Amino acid sequence: MRQKLCNLALFAGGVALSSALWAASATPEVLSYTCNGCHGTGGNSAGLSNPSIAGVPAKYFENAMKEFKSGTRPSTIMGRLAKGYSDEEVKLMADYFAAQKIVRTKQAVDAKKVAQGKKLHQKNCEMCHQKDGRQSGAGGVLAGQWKEYLQVTFNEYRSGKRNMPKMMAQRMEGLSDAEVEALTHFYASQQ
Amino acid sequence: MPMNRRNFIKLVGVATGVGLVGVPYISSAAEIMPNKGRRVVVVGGGSGGAIVAKYLRMADPSIEVVLIEREKNYIACPLSNLVLAGLRTLEENTITLGGLAAKHGIKLVYDDVTAVDPVAKQVMVSAGAISYDRLVLSPGVDYRFEEIEGYDMAKTPEIMPHAWKAGPQTLLLKNQLAQMKDGGTVVMTIPQAPYRCPPGPYERISMIALYLQRNKPKSKIIVWDANETIVAKAALFKKGWAKHYGYDDKDSTKGIIEYHGNSKLAKVDVAAMTVDNGVEMLKGDVINVIPPQRASAIAQQAGAVNPDKRWCPVNQITFESTLVKDIHVIGDACIAGALPKSTYAANSEAKVCALNIARAMNGKELIAPSHVNVCYSYLTDKEAVSVSGIYKEAEGKTIAIPNSGGLSPDLSELEAVYARSWMQNILAEMTT
Repeated sequence: MRQKLCNLALFAGGVALSSALWAASATPEVLSYTCNGCHGTGGNSAGLSNPSIAGVPAKYFENAMKEFKSGTRPSTIMGRLAKGYSDEEVKLMADYFAAQKIVRTKQAVDAKKVAQGKKLHQKNCEMCHQKDGRQSGAGGVLAGQWKEYLQVTFNEYRSGKRNMPKMMAQRMEGLSDAEVEALTHFYASQQ
Repeated sequence: MPMNRRNFIKLVGVATGVGLVGVPYISSAAEIMPNKGRRVVVVGGGSGGAIVAKYLRMADPSIEVVLIEREKNYIACPLSNLVLAGLRTLEENTITLGGLAAKHGIKLVYDDVTAVDPVAKQVMVSAGAISYDRLVLSPGVDYRFEEIEGYDMAKTPEIMPHAWKAGPQTLLLKNQLAQMKDGGTVVMTIPQAPYRCPPGPYERISMIALYLQRNKPKSKIIVWDANETIVAKAALFKKGWAKHYGYDDKDSTKGIIEYHGNSKLAKVDVAAMTVDNGVEMLKGDVINVIPPQRASAIAQQAGAVNPDKRWCPVNQITFESTLVKDIHVIGDACIAGALPKSTYAANSEAKVCALNIARAMNGKELIAPSHVNVCYSYLTDKEAVSVSGIYKEAEGKTIAIPNSGGLSPDLSELEAVYARSWMQNILAEMTT
């Protein structure tokens, strides 16, 4: 493991600081804990507009950070933050959050919209966002995300700011505002 | 008792510099929680203290953690400027620590810390003494009132509120704005950096301007800033003020906001309701004096503050004081290199501190720190801006990672949405 000399601030004859003079490289925890301030402890967000990143597939996480870094994926602060990490560091964080268990908090949802959303999901989305949005090959975790976050994300896609895979774009094309809202209620209702 | 212990320590401290090794244990206060194993005591249950207590327990549940906080209802600072414009209530910023303590097995003590004895390794509270193996101070800031002529530390804030700790002071300032006649003048003075929350004064200017625009359109806010110019997010604030409040950088007497840099408050007169910078005197109907700041008095008492009596120098990997052994200082009170005095920075420092205290107490090698800062400021009810950064330790200093982080490109409605979501997570981290 990479080691480096640190703690040069020892005073001559002064205070003995921590017993160790050597610091190992950043660990998955020390890197990932800094995300928790915005994405919640263990990656489970209490903030309604921020996604939970607990249990997100590592590949999705790494790809998201890559896209934030390059600007392919629009963001407010994530692009600026992603630039501060090496690929190796991103991988450590990706594995850390993939191993965390997502907590799906009960949200206020409209039963009618949930039912409508379920139908729309099964028809348009289930093929890739499997198990009612719990599982996905290339995509993230949809089931149990806050509906406010889901709405922000749909807005990004629908405004053209964020690119969609071809198949997703085709499926999204005919959806109305109300249908998109129904989808957010459906995913938000998943426990 | 022949000699007051604190005086004794002061004498010994002076005689031997910082090395207090070998000073005999002198007990004066009764131990209220006998230390049977390995214990870390945390002073202050705010953005730093609550987090360091929690993450210590997560890192090693065999370490006993005692968290001492004065307030049963803690009022967090971020977004409290919005209260002034009626966009938020203080209740939304108020948290209790009981749930956090129960969930993580933290021993929570509501009390005033009166002294720290680094020799006996005890913290004195009104009920007695609590011993520690390691102590984390996350005490926040106090004010350098003495630098302002005519300022009485008890009486002046009741007339000229600082409102720099969210709570009754915030409501006092809000109430004064509500009582002010249309056509009145609000005066704000900003101290020299570093102070708590670098963009905070400028967000407050924006929120007061918004309030005046909507409720007292003939009024204005005049700002005296001891700094040369706006300390944080300068271009974005100026842009937002020009867009919304008629601000003109060439002639700032034009709009609602009149801003003057390089204007350091020297004197206040509460009877005449004036401030004085040594060159001119200004009369205000509402005067918000944000005093210059330093680490909280308890850090000074513990011997953790630099000789200039301002802030606490710490090892940038462990956040252990470089002046007092086994005492760590995090948050606004410490000097953390490029990291600002912000809530998110305190949250980040707390986690690094917790991880490395647990490592050190278990004889393991220390971990290289990684920090993040994310900080939002509102300019109107709908638009906000942010600054963000990633930090690491290099050669004993905390530095920002080059070519990352930085400012919002423009004012953003989406960032105003994220700011509230950010706050929900920050408070949830402290309460769950």
